[in-house]
Amino acid sequence: MNRRPEMSRRRFFARVLGGAATLALAGCQKLSQSEWFPKVLAVGERLSAAAGTLVAGRKAMAQEFTEADLSPSFRSNGTFRPQSAEYEALLARSFADYALVVDGLVADPRRYSLAELRALESRTQITRHDCVEGWSAIGKWKGVKLSTLLEAVRPAPAARFVVFHCADPMADDGKDPYYESIDMDDAWHPQTILAYDLNDAPLPVGNGAPLRLRVERQLGYKHAKYVMRIELVESFEKIHGGNGGYWEDQGYQWYAGI
Amino acid sequence: MNEATSTVAAAAPAQGALYYRHTLAVRIMHWINVVALTILFMSGLQIFNAHPALHWGKSSYTGRPALLEIGVREGGESGMMGVTRIFGREFDTTGVLGLSRDDGELYAQAFPSWIAIPSHQWLSMARAWHFFFAWVFVVNGFCYLAYSIWSRHLAHDLAPTGGELKTIGRSIRDHLRFRHPSGEAATRYNVLQKIAYLVVIFVLLPLIVLMGLAMSPRLDALFTGWVDLVGGRQSARTLHFVIAWLLVAFVLIHVFQVIVTGLWNNLRSMITGRYRVPTEAHDE
Repeated sequence: MNRRPEMSRRRFFARVLGGAATLALAGCQKLSQSEWFPKVLAVGERLSAAAGTLVAGRKAMAQEFTEADLSPSFRSNGTFRPQSAEYEALLARSFADYALVVDGLVADPRRYSLAELRALESRTQITRHDCVEGWSAIGKWKGVKLSTLLEAVRPAPAARFVVFHCADPMADDGKDPYYESIDMDDAWHPQTILAYDLNDAPLPVGNGAPLRLRVERQLGYKHAKYVMRIELVESFEKIHGGNGGYWEDQGYQWYAGI
Repeated sequence: MNEATSTVAAAAPAQGALYYRHTLAVRIMHWINVVALTILFMSGLQIFNAHPALHWGKSSYTGRPALLEIGVREGGESGMMGVTRIFGREFDTTGVLGLSRDDGELYAQAFPSWIAIPSHQWLSMARAWHFFFAWVFVVNGFCYLAYSIWSRHLAHDLAPTGGELKTIGRSIRDHLRFRHPSGEAATRYNVLQKIAYLVVIFVLLPLIVLMGLAMSPRLDALFTGWVDLVGGRQSARTLHFVIAWLLVAFVLIHVFQVIVTGLWNNLRSMITGRYRVPTEAHDE
């Protein structure tokens, strides 16, 4: 049997395959950078969100852990100290001048000092924080349930989302404040709290002092730190980039349950 | 092979004849699976790049070191080197893992651009690809299962018979010598092939999906503590990664077998459905 043609045919095939792979990879790169293809891919996010609600239910509780599971130190990620004069002023007086504003589509807008928040009924939970990057850390959080605040301000029927406005600017020029949004299912969920303590001590600056959101069935970037204002809205289309959060405006999924 | 129990024996095509091996449905689902799994693998590596370390347990901060870690550190000829640490042992992987070269330029990235989608560090886009094609894969997989049961593809072509299971030893020896069945025996999958396909279809693929779901904080709320059954969320992430590479190993062996048993004949059978029955065993 003459093996030559067989060999050159194999080499030819390998070259065609190599060329095709290079083209396919370049094609994927083009698709990622196109206007239309990411919109097609976003269908996956909508399916995942629908499946998550269908399978795990609106009221399903996130797992809670024991003291033995606590991570030795809770990692600070993203902003570790907000670069703003206003925040520095609040920090200098140990947040004595801090006030949380709750407004928007509500019957009774309110302001809470840190002392007032601490005086309200609290919830303590040991939960796992899952970063979109892939790591997890377990911490013990104490705070006021968001539902307690919602009951006080009485959301209008038109309110569909809760937006969290934060003190940390994400751009070097002090602009682009961090913000996030959740739907009413997560807003009324008993494990959704505004935490002021981490591991039995006041929340450190690196973890969002004086107040951060815990929304336990979603990834880390949803858990807004340095929360200054809570706004109830019908739509977040007109807020900042219009995608419902700082990272969402950078292309991350609004549904962070997966 | 001398299979008295064979059900295809009566209708066995003559040696050298073309016969209809793969139905249109199986062919379409096979190629959808190729595309989906390739994209899942490559976008998965780009997701891994955002945190190129694997841990065991409920969190990444258990006090124990990472099982696997890929990164860069000072050292080597250019002042920087790519390093991979496995169970605490460090390897210089410059050029492949940690630090690679693109058009002569060194760049830090755990898995290099040529194996990742998108090519360079872009977590949100990698996630968008991954979760879209995860749906394609899962829907395709359920269609395949339903079809295989309904058409008896599973019972007829994939389930090994009792007689076949007794010939495993001989089948292993045949594979090691690259001896492949001819004539009537070549119209059926051999016993090792059947076992390999069944392990992939019913063990590895469902497990990798389950480990993926275990990483979803929303689905972790399904039953309290179910993720701990596999060792915790970080263990699930590690298993997801390991199974992905087991699937790569399967694909490499699969493609190798396709090549040594007749590349064009096999490819044609998965494109047009027609397979030419080998006339003689070829020892290579």
